[in-house]
Amino acid sequence: MSIAKVPRETLANALGADRIAAELTAQGHEVIRTGSLGLCWAEPLVEIDGIAYGPVQDVAHLDAARIGPTDEIPALSRQHRLVFDRCGRADPFDYDAAPIRAHLEREPQAILAEIEASGLRGRGGAGFPAHIKWRTVHDTPADRKYVVVNADEGDSGTFADRLIMEGDPFRLIEGMLIAGHAIGADTGVVYLRSEYPLAAEIFSEAIDAARGMGLLETFDIELFVGAGAYICGEETSLLESLEGKRGEIRAKPPVPAIAGLFGRPTLVHNVITLCAVPAILEHGGAAYAELGVGRSTGTMTFQLAGNVERGGLIELPFGVPLRQLIEDWGGGTRTGRDVGAVQVGGPLGAYLSGAQLDTPMTYEALAAIGAGVGHGGIVVFDDTVDLVRQAHYAFAFCAHESCGKCTPCRIGAVRGKETVEALIASERPAVELAIIADLCDVMEQASLCQMGGMTPIPVRSALGLPQGGD
Amino acid sequence: MDQAALAHEIAGRHLDRIGGPITALREIAAEFGYIERAHMEGVAEAFNLTVAEVRGIVGFYSDLNTEPRGRTHIRICQAEACQSVGARELTAAAVARFGAGLGETAADGSVSLEAVYCLGLCTSGPAATVDDRIIVRATPEALAP
Ligand SMILES: Cc1cc2nc3c(=O)[nH]c(=O)nc-3n(C[C@H](O)[C@H](O)[C@H](O)COP(=O)(O)O)c2cc1C
Ligand code: SF4
Ligand code: FES
Repeated sequence: MSIAKVPRETLANALGADRIAAELTAQGHEVIRTGSLGLCWAEPLVEIDGIAYGPVQDVAHLDAARIGPTDEIPALSRQHRLVFDRCGRADPFDYDAAPIRAHLEREPQAILAEIEASGLRGRGGAGFPAHIKWRTVHDTPADRKYVVVNADEGDSGTFADRLIMEGDPFRLIEGMLIAGHAIGADTGVVYLRSEYPLAAEIFSEAIDAARGMGLLETFDIELFVGAGAYICGEETSLLESLEGKRGEIRAKPPVPAIAGLFGRPTLVHNVITLCAVPAILEHGGAAYAELGVGRSTGTMTFQLAGNVERGGLIELPFGVPLRQLIEDWGGGTRTGRDVGAVQVGGPLGAYLSGAQLDTPMTYEALAAIGAGVGHGGIVVFDDTVDLVRQAHYAFAFCAHESCGKCTPCRIGAVRGKETVEALIASERPAVELAIIADLCDVMEQASLCQMGGMTPIPVRSALGLPQGGD
Repeated sequence: MDQAALAHEIAGRHLDRIGGPITALREIAAEFGYIERAHMEGVAEAFNLTVAEVRGIVGFYSDLNTEPRGRTHIRICQAEACQSVGARELTAAAVARFGAGLGETAADGSVSLEAVYCLGLCTSGPAATVDDRIIVRATPEALAP
């Protein structure tokens, strides 16, 4: 009997994966529900006996959608998959717990040393070295410590957290278990945004399955679903929210690694950061650090989205030029026009112009042009993009999502939005541009958190104002 | 049972949970369609909070709506990746077609529209939801109830 793999994943489901799975079952195939391979342009992507088909509209016309042997799809075989190595390959619940049990036999100090050797940095946005946080939590005495997973994934153009939680939820559980063991925590909490109901369903099933396998005896995992607030992706806002409150930012210090959830030392990491951990232990921190460029070590899960022909998730070592991602992997714009601008790193990220596309994707090279990797989101716009309107949106989004705790952001974003409106109507735009430049300086320097502090990045890049940052 | 007691009962299931008040309020909004003052009173009592504190929580999170929604509730993604493939135009067409602005309910109660900021479907925008259905590469026709 032939084996048919059909993703159980939000995008594939929206495009009919459930119906296709039922049709294939009716035809006598043994259907396995997997996760997504990240080739979103080909969803629903169905694999039958090793041959990939996609996008599959209906089973009767399967051959018209034939791509070829899955292992030979260049867009997949040319990637370097560590975090996503299992995702989309099998039923995630057909799970072998032996490797994680072996990792948990290791001494915490040995694990901390591997993380340090790997050079792993946070994938949630700030790129902070992971081992420093792990050591801080480990070294801070307390009656209780927590691992908190940031699965709030609010950045436009990003979906890596969703794909892994739907397609390989045990990868995240493994990362949490290893972190909990290394730092001495007994509780893990996942903060998942409410916009991801299928991820919540699948991850809950995985928690139950892990409990059934006896993996959660000394470290338990709880899933919390948010209630719609971008700012709750910021770690202190997230902790307030987990305590059942409004997600208002806390002033730092103290950092969460010293006083986090309920005042206890808390390791807060993005989903993908923790999902890199099992691979680091498997291959060794030093081998991981050999990938990438300089202090941008390992692989990054780039997510190519927006006006692009072949959007999806591309896991590669840091250093790949942005142009290669957009042209080779993405096939240019969906509309077939020239690329007009590319926003890298979410709504607080810079709009890059065509001339900046040769920038290698590393923390350092992007910082040098006033941009950042963020969570790896790449949003392509064609040449019809109206960048003044995008600047307006950046302020409007900040005004909408501001937690309201500090004045530069709460008032500044509203004034910024109004001033861009005035700019659009203005006969003397230099006046408004000067006001906006001033406002950006104030927001950047005086905001309590990076919501207000980084909104100037998309605004200035969209309007062609010089980036600050000294 | 009155609404406060119903809310109190739901809240009682989440007293020891992390983020309990928020989860309770989410469930109340799902169960009754929206959160009214009596619900806030019930939650406040269960969690030993003031009604003002609960009102503060409700006001902070966009999922915790205090007004009834239309018989069909449509959310349209307004974020950048969807903008790049026509979310603004789609939104304008939906507003004209359904007779409600973003954040509003049509006068006949048929449809309510809401802005959402990214559904994680950014390769395949514009993205939207119609009640529990997820729509990608959305057109105004595809959003019809
Ligand atoms: C406004 C704002 C929103 C953020 N949203 C997210 C998010 O959705 N997911 C995330 O992992 N980190 C987000 N961050 C970064 C977190 O504050 C924090 O740096 C991160 O969770 C730490 O994990 P990491 O070390 O694995 O990156 C956000 C930060 C800011 C300022
Ligand atoms: S910058 Fe904005 S989001 Fe951050 S603390 Fe200030 S008001 Fe809150
Ligand atoms: S930006 Fe619309 S789904 Fe992500």
